[in-house]
Amino acid sequence: MTKKLLLGVEAIGQGAIDGGMSGVYAYPGTPSTEITEYIQENEVAIARSLHREWSANEKTAMEAALGMSYAGKRAMVCMKHVGLNVAADPFINAAMTGINGGLIVTVADDPSMHSSQNEQDSRFYGKFAMVPVLEPSNQQEAYDMTRTGFELSEKLGTPVLMRITTRLAHSRAGVILDGKAAPENKLSIPGNPHQFVLLPALARKRYQLLLDNQEKFEQAAEESEYNSLIEGKDHTLGIICCGIAMNYLMENFPNGCPHPILKISQYPLPAKLLKKLEQQVDRLLVIEEGYPLVEEQLKGFFEYGKKISGKLDGTLPRTGELNPDIVAKALNINVFAGYPIPGILVNRPPALCKGCGHHDSFKALSEVMSEYGYGHVFSDIGCYTLGVLSPYNCGNSCVDMGASITMAKGAADAGLFPSVAVIGDSTFTHSGITGLLDAVYEKSNILIMIGDNESTSMTGGQDSSAFGRIESICEGAGVNAEHIHVIEALPKNHEKLVDLIRLELAFDGVSIIIPRRECIQKSARRLSKSKNH
Amino acid sequence: MKCDIVLAGVGGQGILSIATVLGFAALANNLYLKQAETHGMSQRGGEVQSYLRLSDKPVSSDLIPFGKADLILSVEPMESLRYLPYLSPEGWVVTNITAYRNIVNYPEIELIMNEIKKLPRAVAIDAEAIAKEIGNSKSSNMVMLGAATPFIDIAIESIENGIREIFGRKGEEIVNMNLRALHAGRDFAQANR
Repeated sequence: MTKKLLLGVEAIGQGAIDGGMSGVYAYPGTPSTEITEYIQENEVAIARSLHREWSANEKTAMEAALGMSYAGKRAMVCMKHVGLNVAADPFINAAMTGINGGLIVTVADDPSMHSSQNEQDSRFYGKFAMVPVLEPSNQQEAYDMTRTGFELSEKLGTPVLMRITTRLAHSRAGVILDGKAAPENKLSIPGNPHQFVLLPALARKRYQLLLDNQEKFEQAAEESEYNSLIEGKDHTLGIICCGIAMNYLMENFPNGCPHPILKISQYPLPAKLLKKLEQQVDRLLVIEEGYPLVEEQLKGFFEYGKKISGKLDGTLPRTGELNPDIVAKALNINVFAGYPIPGILVNRPPALCKGCGHHDSFKALSEVMSEYGYGHVFSDIGCYTLGVLSPYNCGNSCVDMGASITMAKGAADAGLFPSVAVIGDSTFTHSGITGLLDAVYEKSNILIMIGDNESTSMTGGQDSSAFGRIESICEGAGVNAEHIHVIEALPKNHEKLVDLIRLELAFDGVSIIIPRRECIQKSARRLSKSKNH
Repeated sequence: MKCDIVLAGVGGQGILSIATVLGFAALANNLYLKQAETHGMSQRGGEVQSYLRLSDKPVSSDLIPFGKADLILSVEPMESLRYLPYLSPEGWVVTNITAYRNIVNYPEIELIMNEIKKLPRAVAIDAEAIAKEIGNSKSSNMVMLGAATPFIDIAIESIENGIREIFGRKGEEIVNMNLRALHAGRDFAQANR
């Protein structure tokens, strides 16, 4: 046994290796990225040749992980919360097929939207798919629950969803490690040749099995060592704490909480434990990060029974992540700010790095687009979303991965001209190609600018699977080669790029301009790496 | 022993190297520790902070509550003001004075310094100048860490070991440079507190 200082996400990576995992599948996304990066760098993972390459998107990752599970080995798939929307189809249906080798689906939610476009709560997906959900409260539990999660998955015959939030993901603590990696599973084909065949007649049987299994899943939550009823003397209030909320509660009671607490880190909700708490207290407070999932289930429509407080009645804020002060207020504990913030303080919004090639793309694009007034540029998810801000003001949408191309197409269908999509190379690889096929098929009048920095930069410069092949992919999708242009994104090429944009706006059909220059952060990292070796 | 530190700066300034050294020293002293970091979008020149909590008892929250921080350690002057609600009434502010101007509406530096001077317990230090004096402007973050050490109840030897551990693979010269930076910062803070 050793103690190691690990981020929550690193603890999950280590837990997966120690749990006998044979492969991780993922697409980078804050705050989940470092799980896979940790495994990529880990000595045991390298020695065992565990699968640890990036996938094109979360859907391909989920399906590949399911394939590894089909073959009897333990697999994990990791993503940020919105990635689960992309992977929802295989995820929901993996609950139907069940598993062969243990399968953990790790999803990192981002309440407060530090680096995301919404704060959806992945526990709802767990409930929707009707699979067990694990929600560790600290780094140690993140490690332990991942390490033993494959076994749980195999015992219950189902994928399990592991849900964490930003603070646990990106906070370090000493974690006691098991010190040895469990052996990997042997290759084995499922005993039932129809288990993974969701033809209607077979799927109906699988669905019934999934429903029948619910009791087993709930029993596992009742017996889970991570769910516990903690006694307290003051029964005027009972507190239900989910995941990381437990830490914020205990921060306010350094000498122990006077009220009984039900700590929940495994779902479906343990009904017996909940009833046991409810019977001994006058009213209940639910503290959970994300949406009021537990609170809604307990409250009921007509609110019979004991009073339940939480996010729905305003005791806790409906938006944003929790913190010890918010929880203190919910408990009527006074909070004192140390010193006021002086009025002169200004915010420092994130911006494109100095010298980044996206500057050159946006300078040219905004120059041309200014002639048409605002409202013609559909942007996408990545560093280049920052082009929306001053001084370029280039981009009137940022919705989901790949939506730039399809929204530009839809707007062009409606008659908007010009209609321009701005998308990065990795986002194009993730979800842009299918939209491009639609546009080519219908000869939509759109211009697509693929800002190719040869990197997935916002998440730290991961490799993108279409590296060096963007233009051939476009051509393969049916774009006329005459309307595909690659240009080096440099200040000296400004006039050339402006001319190209004008030229292609005049063309009635799909055209592609690829301003290309490696992400300067990635270049710098590569240089410093080669200097140190 | 309990020491709650807000580390403040701008994305790209490398505040996490400070946290890493302190984390190593804390672990070597069998202290409990939690350290929340900023990853993702803010790293592109936005404000970044790290909450570092050291204690001889288990630490519950990854975030520091309002009014409980013993120290705000900022590698940028304006950023030192952003987290003042976290500072305990008896807490210290240790801040660099070199402005990082990546925004057009950055306030006048005199106004910022006036606000810092108003605080009852603050050390303002020109970390770049001190780092340059000892021969490497890149070690300004270790100057800042050194300036904070009088307010952190961990033996200086442990922090030195942390530097040896973190910078060791870069060679002895780099290690010694950073050790000199650490002590230069520490000397300044002790003379100017």
